[in-house]
Amino acid sequence: MNWITNYVRPRINSIFSRREVPENLWSKCDECGTMLFHRELSDNLNVCTHCGHHMQISPRARFKALFDGGIFHEIAVPAPVTDPLHFRDQKRYPDRLKAAQKATGEKEAMLVAEGEMGRTPIVAAAQDFSFMGGSMGMYVGNAIIAAAERAVERKRPLILFSAAGGARMQEGILSLMQMPRSTVAIQMLKEAGLPYIVVLTHPTTGGVTASYAMLGDVQIAEPNALICFAGPRVIEQTIREKLPEGFQRAEYLLDHGMLDRVTPRPQMRDELITVTRMLLGMPPAVKGNLPAPAPITEAEAETPEPSESAKAQVKGGEAPSPTPKAGDKPAAKGANAAAKGEKTAK
Amino acid sequence: MERVPGMTNYLDFEKPLAEIEGKAEELRAMARQNEDMDVEEEAKALDKKAGDMLRDLYKGLTPWRKCQVARHPDRPHCKDYIEALFTDFTPLAGDRNFADDLAVMGGLARLGDRPVVVLGQEKGHDTKSRIERNFGMARPEGYRKAIRLMDLADRFNLPLITLVDTTGAYPGKGAEERGQSEAIARSTEKCLAIGVPSVTVIIGEGGSGGAVAFATANRVAMLEHAVYSVISPEGCASILWKDSEKMREAAEALRLTAQDLSKLAVCDRVIPEPLGGAHRDRTATIAAVGTALEEMLAEMDGKSRKELVSARRKKFLDMGSKGLAA
Ligand SMILES: [Zn+2]
Repeated sequence: MNWITNYVRPRINSIFSRREVPENLWSKCDECGTMLFHRELSDNLNVCTHCGHHMQISPRARFKALFDGGIFHEIAVPAPVTDPLHFRDQKRYPDRLKAAQKATGEKEAMLVAEGEMGRTPIVAAAQDFSFMGGSMGMYVGNAIIAAAERAVERKRPLILFSAAGGARMQEGILSLMQMPRSTVAIQMLKEAGLPYIVVLTHPTTGGVTASYAMLGDVQIAEPNALICFAGPRVIEQTIREKLPEGFQRAEYLLDHGMLDRVTPRPQMRDELITVTRMLLGMPPAVKGNLPAPAPITEAEAETPEPSESAKAQVKGGEAPSPTPKAGDKPAAKGANAAAKGEKTAK
Repeated sequence: MERVPGMTNYLDFEKPLAEIEGKAEELRAMARQNEDMDVEEEAKALDKKAGDMLRDLYKGLTPWRKCQVARHPDRPHCKDYIEALFTDFTPLAGDRNFADDLAVMGGLARLGDRPVVVLGQEKGHDTKSRIERNFGMARPEGYRKAIRLMDLADRFNLPLITLVDTTGAYPGKGAEERGQSEAIARSTEKCLAIGVPSVTVIIGEGGSGGAVAFATANRVAMLEHAVYSVISPEGCASILWKDSEKMREAAEALRLTAQDLSKLAVCDRVIPEPLGGAHRDRTATIAAVGTALEEMLAEMDGKSRKELVSARRKKFLDMGSKGLAA
């Protein structure tokens, strides 16, 4: 079943975002216009403290808030062929990729990690809307497959946060083929009897909604998230009529029976813990901010049979540190090296 | 070759051809009214000229021209294939929930002696049937009907044949309210789960998620001028080029032809079309599809349910691992 012959090595991840924002910065809520102190906004997970508007949140910031003590192990994703179609529109696709990498500090549009959430071991995947609109291409497909395989291997549930404008056109048909590919990954989880919970965030559209984002055992959305197959503009052009207020927003979908719940981001973690633990038949969790779990030992963190290059990487790379200090450089360097390690392992 | 007399639907790039074929026909019509006229020699010369031009035009069709051929109104549609290739066709209707979506047709049928479930999108052939069938753009109930028929195939061990021809799933208000995304996702999931041989032929347009929901099969064949894409060239052009008139460039970049998709291992088999496209000889096209279907099903004879499911999953998991070098 393991199509990825490359093994995947998790590693401790720094909990601090690479791009530190000065403490005294203000930002304006896109919805109500209130000026919010940066610290206040990030403490509230980028939800406006005045009107409750949910702004974008990066996968890393989300994971920092989701996992106990902000500690998670990033799961490496096998790198796909870059620019498989040699796609070029007004820009070359590799240039667009590089620009997105530079702007976000991330490799691609999905981050996969494992760790504990309210002392509940989980695998989580989060899509990054700021990376080329979170678009689903080969990498995102690989990320979902890596997440599902890891979940099956460790018998953990998978929680996936979706956010995407749809498929990545620059990968043409191969982006479309991520619909069946990701669906196979979800089937692996279901066959293993593991919960698959989808949290739909703004926006989740197109081929993403029409595949893995709608196949959850439990479907939860963030308030006011746009969730659709065809976007409102396309529909208005087709039917030539004005769409009703709130059309295709989370609450509208809930009313139409397409979701289980709409839950504000600040309450999401507790709800995920509650739901996941019930699905797994575990006792109720102690809620709130738990201290960081004990550091994962080398033996646990490694999958069997690491290659020589990967072992070298562990020794030479950053030692897993359970208490990262402010200013710690994130492990981006390690990520690149780990990816290289995979290639050699293959 | 079965020429369609007075064929009216010429594509824009076929205009010069239309003139010559029109002239030849005019001459013959005149001769029919005037017995003294002998035009046959002249008409034959025009025929030859037209034939040469047709060959040139279709020798290296650009991706955009292929899109046009794939959408040709006279191209055989799902219904034509079902009527010509199958016997005992018994249409089955409805999703048992909301409605019967006529954009999707399907039912029990025999291909040769073999009982099968056949399923496809039907665009319609005139104004009335096009509206009735919503131009082949299915709503959630269409995908849910498909799921129901796939279940039937699975339960009774009948091979599944799908014929794909759709611009895409219908972008409408009701369709969204009734869960277009979920319906497509479940249909793809069902395609991957069934323990029977599944074969898809993309006979015209394979439009995005609306096509994937039918085309996630053990074998995916495409007609020579069919296209299969994540987005229409017009849509892609308006997003990436900010100009929907750049559809030629977009069609080129998307690699949506059967030939490119074979290189990417998305298409397993290209079924040749008659010179000038499927619409110039519908009978021959339909027969070629029939042969391909029988051969592809025969390749899977004797395979266990488990083997069929795991081979299908592997095929999709492996897809794209080599890019154009595949
Ligand atoms: Zn606000």
